[in-house]
Amino acid sequence: MRVPLSWLRAHVDLPEGTTARGLASRLTEAGLEVETVESVGADITGPLVAGRVLEIEELTGFKKPIRYCRVDVGAANGTGEPQQIICGATNFAAGDLVTVALPGAELPGGFKIGARKTYGRMSEGMICSASELELWEDHTGIMVLAEGTAEPGDDAFSYLPLRDEVLDIAVTPDRGYALSVRGVARDAAAVYGVPFRDPAAGAEDIAPGEGAQPARVDDAALCGRYVLRTVTGFDPEAPTPVWMKRRLALCGVRPISLAVDVTNYVMMELGQPLHAWDGGALKGALEVRAARPGETLETLDHTERRLDPDDIVIADERGPVNIAGVMGGAATEIGLSSTDVVIEAALFSATHIARTSRRHQLSSESSRRFERGVDSALQPAAASRATALLVELGGGRAERGGTHIGAGAPPEPIRIDAGLPGRIAGLEYPRETVLRRLEEVGCAVRADGDALDVTPPTWRPDLTDPNDLAEEVIRLEGYANIPSVPPRAPAGRGLTATQRRHRAVGRALAAAGHTEVLNYPFTGGRDLDALQLEAGDPRRSSVRLANPLNDDEPLLRTTLLPGLLKTLVRNTGRGFADVALFEAGRVYLPVPGAPERAPLPGVDRAPSAEERAGIDAALPHQPMRVGAVLAGRREPAGWWGEGRPALWADAIASAREAARAAGAELTVRAGRTAPWHPGRCAALYVLAGGEEVLVGHAGELHPRVVKAFGLPERTAAMEIDLDLVERAAAGPRAPEVSGYPVATQDVALVVPSETAAGEVEAALRDGAGELLEEVRLFDVYTGEQAGEGRKSLAYALRFRAPDRTLTAEEAGAARDAAVAEAARRTGAVLRG
Amino acid sequence: MSAPNDYDPVEVTALHPDEVARMLDEALAAIAAADSLEALKEAKAAHAGDRSPLALANREIGALPPSAKAEAGKRVGGARKKVGEALKARQAALEEERDARVLVEESVDVTLPWDRSPRGARHPITTVAERMTDIFVGMGFEVAEGPEVEAEWYNFDALNFLPDHPARTMQDTFFVEAPSGGPSGQVLRTHTSPVQVRALLSRELPVYVVAPGTTFRTDELDATHTPVFHQLEGLVVDEGITLAHLRGAIDAFVEGMFGSGLKTRFRASYFPFTEPSAEVDMECFVCRGASVGDPDAPCRTCSSEGWIEIGGCGVVNPRVLTAAGVDTERYSGWAFGLGIERTLMFANGVKDMHDMVEGDVRFTSAFGMEV
Repeated sequence: MRVPLSWLRAHVDLPEGTTARGLASRLTEAGLEVETVESVGADITGPLVAGRVLEIEELTGFKKPIRYCRVDVGAANGTGEPQQIICGATNFAAGDLVTVALPGAELPGGFKIGARKTYGRMSEGMICSASELELWEDHTGIMVLAEGTAEPGDDAFSYLPLRDEVLDIAVTPDRGYALSVRGVARDAAAVYGVPFRDPAAGAEDIAPGEGAQPARVDDAALCGRYVLRTVTGFDPEAPTPVWMKRRLALCGVRPISLAVDVTNYVMMELGQPLHAWDGGALKGALEVRAARPGETLETLDHTERRLDPDDIVIADERGPVNIAGVMGGAATEIGLSSTDVVIEAALFSATHIARTSRRHQLSSESSRRFERGVDSALQPAAASRATALLVELGGGRAERGGTHIGAGAPPEPIRIDAGLPGRIAGLEYPRETVLRRLEEVGCAVRADGDALDVTPPTWRPDLTDPNDLAEEVIRLEGYANIPSVPPRAPAGRGLTATQRRHRAVGRALAAAGHTEVLNYPFTGGRDLDALQLEAGDPRRSSVRLANPLNDDEPLLRTTLLPGLLKTLVRNTGRGFADVALFEAGRVYLPVPGAPERAPLPGVDRAPSAEERAGIDAALPHQPMRVGAVLAGRREPAGWWGEGRPALWADAIASAREAARAAGAELTVRAGRTAPWHPGRCAALYVLAGGEEVLVGHAGELHPRVVKAFGLPERTAAMEIDLDLVERAAAGPRAPEVSGYPVATQDVALVVPSETAAGEVEAALRDGAGELLEEVRLFDVYTGEQAGEGRKSLAYALRFRAPDRTLTAEEAGAARDAAVAEAARRTGAVLRG
Repeated sequence: MSAPNDYDPVEVTALHPDEVARMLDEALAAIAAADSLEALKEAKAAHAGDRSPLALANREIGALPPSAKAEAGKRVGGARKKVGEALKARQAALEEERDARVLVEESVDVTLPWDRSPRGARHPITTVAERMTDIFVGMGFEVAEGPEVEAEWYNFDALNFLPDHPARTMQDTFFVEAPSGGPSGQVLRTHTSPVQVRALLSRELPVYVVAPGTTFRTDELDATHTPVFHQLEGLVVDEGITLAHLRGAIDAFVEGMFGSGLKTRFRASYFPFTEPSAEVDMECFVCRGASVGDPDAPCRTCSSEGWIEIGGCGVVNPRVLTAAGVDTERYSGWAFGLGIERTLMFANGVKDMHDMVEGDVRFTSAFGMEV
C-alpha cells in the first residue's frame, strides 16, 4: 500500500516536526512495515509558473507538427513580455492556461530547462505535460489547467501538488485494514496519541426507493452485505480533478476516467473495493450467486474466462457481468458514453475471493482487499462517498433509492484478562493503558474489574483471539519496552548420538580430502537414464512434484549421485581436474502401498497416535545418505613425482571413512549394480544384530555413465545409507592394551586369481583366533612363480597375548591355524 | 702382579707421584690432540682402556701394605677421573663439531611445496548451522528434527494457516503429486516450523529445542534467493514464558554469533503460528549504525540501514499449542526462525547466493573445517 503523506495528514494531526522517515520508523515498529519512503517532486526546482497561451504559430516543414507559442507568464520572466516557446504537442489552444518551465528550472530526472535554438527559433522554456512534472502518467499532451486554477505568473508550487512523500507499506496478510489511508491514519494516530478523523464517519443509510438498481443475494455465505447506488445524468467526459489524479498516481493507480477514478479513490481512502457499471448496459435485476457450470465471462482485461461453480459472480438477466470482487466484465464496463453509473459496494466471502483469484491467476487491488477481509459495515458509507463524488465532480444526480441487502455479522466480544498483554510481553501494562490501546484500534471495551469484554471493530476481522488483542497493546506500546531476560532451559542432553555421528561423518570426509557440496534434490528421468538404471530399478520410483521449477526436473532424488556428478563436472569444467566431493543429505523413497493422500485431522485438538501414524505412513521414506565422487588425481603431481590417480579403491576408502565416523566397520564384497563398472563395484555391508545389511556401493563408474555425464575417465563414486550404517553403530569400548611384545609372522598364500582378497583375509582372521592383533596385506603378486591363473597374497600377521610374552611355538601355531582356515575356505596354498 | 705386603709404594715405579703425573699429562695431551671422534676413540683406548698405563698402575695398589693403599689409590683414582672428564668433554666437543658439519650438509629447501594430501572442506552452510545450533545447545536446548517432504497438516494446518488464507499462498510452496497425479496432502516443507508441532507431540514438556534444516520455496535462484535454503527453528514451551525470554534468547544468539554489545530490535509482524509476531533485527555489526544518513561512509553489510534483519519470531499461537495437545491454560511459549544463508552472508561476507549453491570447490575450500 502506497500512502501519500499529504493524504494521511488529512485524517490525522501528526505532531509538529514529524518527518516521513520518523513516521515510517514508528509505523514499522508497530507492524506496518514501511519498505520505502519516496520523496516525489523533490528534484523539481523553479521557475515553474502558470502561463496563458496567447498565440500559436504552426511551423511547417518538419516531420511532426511543431508549434511556436507566445505565452503570457505575467511578471515571472522579469520582463512581463510574452515568452516564446516551441512545443510539439497539439492538444491545447490559444487562451488555455498551462504550466511553463522557464529557463533555469529543473524537472524530474535532472532535466534542465534553458533558452535554446530549436526548429529554427529561440525557445525560452517548456510548456509542461503531467508526465514531465511527474504528476501522473499522461501521454495525451500538455496539461491544460482548469480555468481559475491560477493567474499567469503564479508559482506552480502554489497550485500544483508537485511535492509529496509516499510511504510504501508492505501490509501483512492479517492487516487488511491497512490497505487504506483510513487504516494507516488510524494506526498513525494511535502510535502518536493524536486525534484521528474517520473519512467514513457520518454516512447516511441507504434505503430502497425510486431509481434503485434491483438485486438479490442467493446465499449470505457468499456475500454478507450488498449495496448498490445509482447516479444518472453523469457527464462521461468530465475530467478527474488534479488532486484526485495526483493522489491516485501516488498510490500507484493509473487515472482512467472520472467514474473509474472515483471508485479507485474511495477504495484507497476507505479500503472498500467498489465496482462501477455502465447502468445502461445492465439488463434487469442483478443476482449475486455461484457461477453455473459452463458459464464464461470476458473480463476487463479482454480474456475469456471459464467460470468455476466455486466462483461468485454478479449476473444480470443475460448471465454473469462480473467475477465478484476480482474483476468486472468487459461488456458492462464504464465507457465514454456512460451517463448512468451503478456503484457496487459488497462484502464478499474472503475465502471464495481468495480461491477465485488463485484459480484464475487474477490478483487485483480488489481481490487483495477482499482476501484479507474488508470492514463488514463500511459498504453503505463507501457507496455513498463514491456517489457523492460522482455527483460533485461529474455533474450527475444521485438516485434517492438504493439497494442494501444483508447486515453483515456483528463482531463477537472476546473476553480477556487485563493482565494478559503484560503476561505475554514480560512486563506490566497499567490496566488503563490496555483499555486505551484497545479503544484506539477501534475496539469497544466493557470492563468488569480485570475481566474485559472486548468487541473488535468491524474493520478488524483479524482480531479473533485473546492473543490478537494482546498484540495490539504490545505493538502500540512498543516492542522496544520489552526487557531481555535469558531463558532458563532445564539441563539439556546435548546432541543425540545420531546427530553427533552425522557431524563426525562430515568432518571425517573433509579431513580425508573431500569438499562438501549441498545439491538441490531435484532430478529428472534424464539423470536416471544417465546412471544407466534399468527400467525396474527401485531408484526410478520417485516422489514427483506437482509444480517443479524446471520441467526437466520434476522428481526428488532417490540417490545423491546425479547431483554430485553434475557438480563434479561443473568443477572440472572450471579447470579443476583433481576433485573429490561429498554430500550428506536425504533422499526421498516412496513407500510401496502408502496411502495416496496424507490425512488432514482437525486442529482443535492433538491428533491421536493413529492419526499421526496415518500422516507419517503417507510420507516417503527419507533416509540420510552420504555420497562421494572422486576424479583426477587423489594425490596431486608435484616435484616429488606423478602423484596418484583416484581409483575405485579410493571410493571404497571414502565409504569406509564415512562408516567408521558413523560408528561401524564395513564389510566389502564384490557387487554389481548401476551406475558402477561391473568389475569394479563393491557392495558394502555392516553387521547389525547378527545380520549382514547392505548399506551401499562404491567403486569405479561404468564407462557409459562417465560418458553420459561427461565425467573424467575412471571417475569413482560411493553412496551409503547412514541410517542403515547406524544400525550397526555401537559406542566404542576401551580395548585391553597389552604391554607384552608382539610376534610377527608373514605368510604368502597362493589362491586362484578370481578369489577375493577380502575372503582370504576374513578366513585368516577367523582362523588365527584371539591372539591375532592385526592382518595386513602387503603384497599381491601375479607373475610366473604364482602359477597360471593364480595369485600370491602376502600377509603380515601380528600376534600378541594380553598376559604373557608369546613363544615362537604359540605364534607359529596361531599362524598355522589361520593358514589352515584360509586353505579350507579358499583353497589357499602356503607358498615356499 | 703379586708382591709381598711390606712393599714400599714409593719403591713401585708405577705408583710414584711423578710417574702418575706423567701418565696423566700424556693422557690429557693425547685427548687434546685427538681431532676426530675416531682419534679420540684411540686415545681413549690408549689412556683409559684396560691396558692403559693408569689402569696398569691401578692394579699395583692391591699389592701395597694397607697403610699405603689409601694414598696411592687417591693419587691414581684422581688421575683416572681427570682423564675420564677430559675424554667426556672432548667427546662432546667433537660430536658438536661433527653435528654442525653433518646437519649443514643435510639441509634442504624447506620452501618446497609439499601439498601431497588432498585438502577437503565442509560446506559453510553446514558449519554455520552447527555453530548457530551449538549456541542454543549451550543454553540447554536440544536438537529436534522432522521430514523434508512434510504433510500439509504439519506444514500448514497445525500452524494455523487456514486453507484459503493469503498467508498459505504467500509461501510459494512445492506441492507433491500423488502417484495418481492428484493432490497428496504433502509438500516440501516451506519452513522448519512443522518441527515445532512434531516436537510438541513427541516430547515431554517443557520443551526447549532448536531445529536446523533444509526448506524449500518456489523461488528461482538469483543473487539473494534460492529454492532450497536453510533455517534454524527455535521453540520454547514452558510455564511462565514471555517475550522477554525470547528477546533474551535472541540477544544471546547475536552475542554468540556476531559479538557483544549489539542491540536487537523487534518489529511487529505477522505469522499465522505466532501471535504476537515480530521480525528481529540486529544492529549492523560492521557500522553499528554509523552509516545511517552518512552518504560518505556507506555500509554494504546493512545497506546503510543500521539494522540487519535476521529472522522472525513470536509467541506460539495458542491454536498451535491446541493442535499439538498442549494445555494452553498452563503453558505458553515462543518460537523463532533464523535464516542460515542470511547469517552466513552477513557473518562471512558471502555476496551471492550462487556461491552457496554451485558447489565450486574454490568457494567451499575457503571455509575449511569451521566458521
